[in-house]
Amino acid sequence: MKVEHSAPIKAIVIGGSAGSFPVMTRLLRELPADFKYPILLTLHRLKHVRNGFKEALSIKSKLKIVEPVDKQSITPGTVFLAPANYHMCIELGKTISLSTEPLVNNSRPAIDLTFSTASYVYKQGLLAILLSGANKDGAYGMKTVKSRSGLTIVQDPKACVIDTMPQAALAETEIDYVLNVEEIINFLKNLDRGD
Amino acid sequence: MNMTKEIEIAEVRKITELVKDQFDYDFSQYALSSFRRRIARILELHHIESVDGLLDRLSSESHYFQEFLSEVTVNVTEMFRDYSFWTALKDDVFQRLSKSDLSKIKIWHAGCSSGEEVFSMCILLKEAGLLDRVEIIATDIDRRVISNAKKGLYMTKNMEVNKKNYQSFNPNGDFDQYCTYGKDGVQMDLSLLDNVTFRTHNMITGIQNDTFHLVLCRNVLIYFNQALQNKALKIIHQSMEKNGFLAIGSKESLLWCEYFSKFETISNEEKIFRKIKV
Repeated sequence: MKVEHSAPIKAIVIGGSAGSFPVMTRLLRELPADFKYPILLTLHRLKHVRNGFKEALSIKSKLKIVEPVDKQSITPGTVFLAPANYHMCIELGKTISLSTEPLVNNSRPAIDLTFSTASYVYKQGLLAILLSGANKDGAYGMKTVKSRSGLTIVQDPKACVIDTMPQAALAETEIDYVLNVEEIINFLKNLDRGD
Repeated sequence: MNMTKEIEIAEVRKITELVKDQFDYDFSQYALSSFRRRIARILELHHIESVDGLLDRLSSESHYFQEFLSEVTVNVTEMFRDYSFWTALKDDVFQRLSKSDLSKIKIWHAGCSSGEEVFSMCILLKEAGLLDRVEIIATDIDRRVISNAKKGLYMTKNMEVNKKNYQSFNPNGDFDQYCTYGKDGVQMDLSLLDNVTFRTHNMITGIQNDTFHLVLCRNVLIYFNQALQNKALKIIHQSMEKNGFLAIGSKESLLWCEYFSKFETISNEEKIFRKIKV
């Protein structure tokens, strides 16, 4: 698939909830070790279990996955996974800030916060991907990405374990691409080749 | 999420300048993304149409600033958040401090919010038999949360997570011995606070007359930008005894702070450090 977008992509945000974990592990298995974009990944997770999640995602991943500390710089080819019980936001200097603000959409980390703050920083250079999930977190975030001319993808609701999340985003915003996992992977690989 | 208003950076500057001029609080070095959200939240909560409306209210209503202050700072906290941290505090820090010949172990709880971590600390100390050997100063910038902390009355719905965290910290303990369930909420046993002094205090501009053997400042510095974090660590360092301990939030870092070289790491996982150089 040819990627049509007016501006070069600088960063990728991915959000997901129930049913997104197997999608993410597959995606991380397929992406090449020299993938050049930073990936900011916010997945709903147990609030009080700090360890094990990153490790589980890392098993098949060729990319380095880190749970950033507050004010960590965003570097290419790295996956920044939102830590348990913190919101993960992006600051103008392309650093990550963490926050213990109240739950948003019943979630901490909340996808809406990662997506909306990232779109403020990367504008049209942001690619946002929203995966399977059982609540509406991410819908507002996708809207902000789109309104700042970023590129938006949702996992095809037909191919989702739970389609509430992509459906909510589709209802809220005109989404650029509706893709299944295979297509998302190809999309990212093509992006990396600069096609 | 329903965030209708995005606050512009120029508007943030207008607010911080007015607050600095009129109330002598400096928010100009707060982390931008969370500060912008807090402002948006205040507008929504207080039904204010625009930032100009907020500026107007701040300058014309004398009591409004206190409300603003309570909302602009983040006061989300829970007892025994990160139970493994409290275990490390018990095993790595109090183990050592208790063996010292200090007549009083002095603790500063910087940014204590509504007091959940102060109670966590006091419960830990009570169980370790150290409660009567400590002197705790608990401070926060916000007078209102301090007054709540002193009352020790918490919403019943928040108690479930507090109790669960405590149970992870001490599987054999009985949390209910420290509180009474009533119709207004859950009342913590106030005798736990016998050696605690609460104070309204701005950790950046206020003077701390004492020096401490342990400073707890967890998930406070994340709301500052790096320049202010740097300044804060300098202030914290100055109010610590040599060989004193510092604990920050599990995902906070001091790596880029100038004064970090004056500390050694006791636990990187739990973010506990020790002041080794004056």
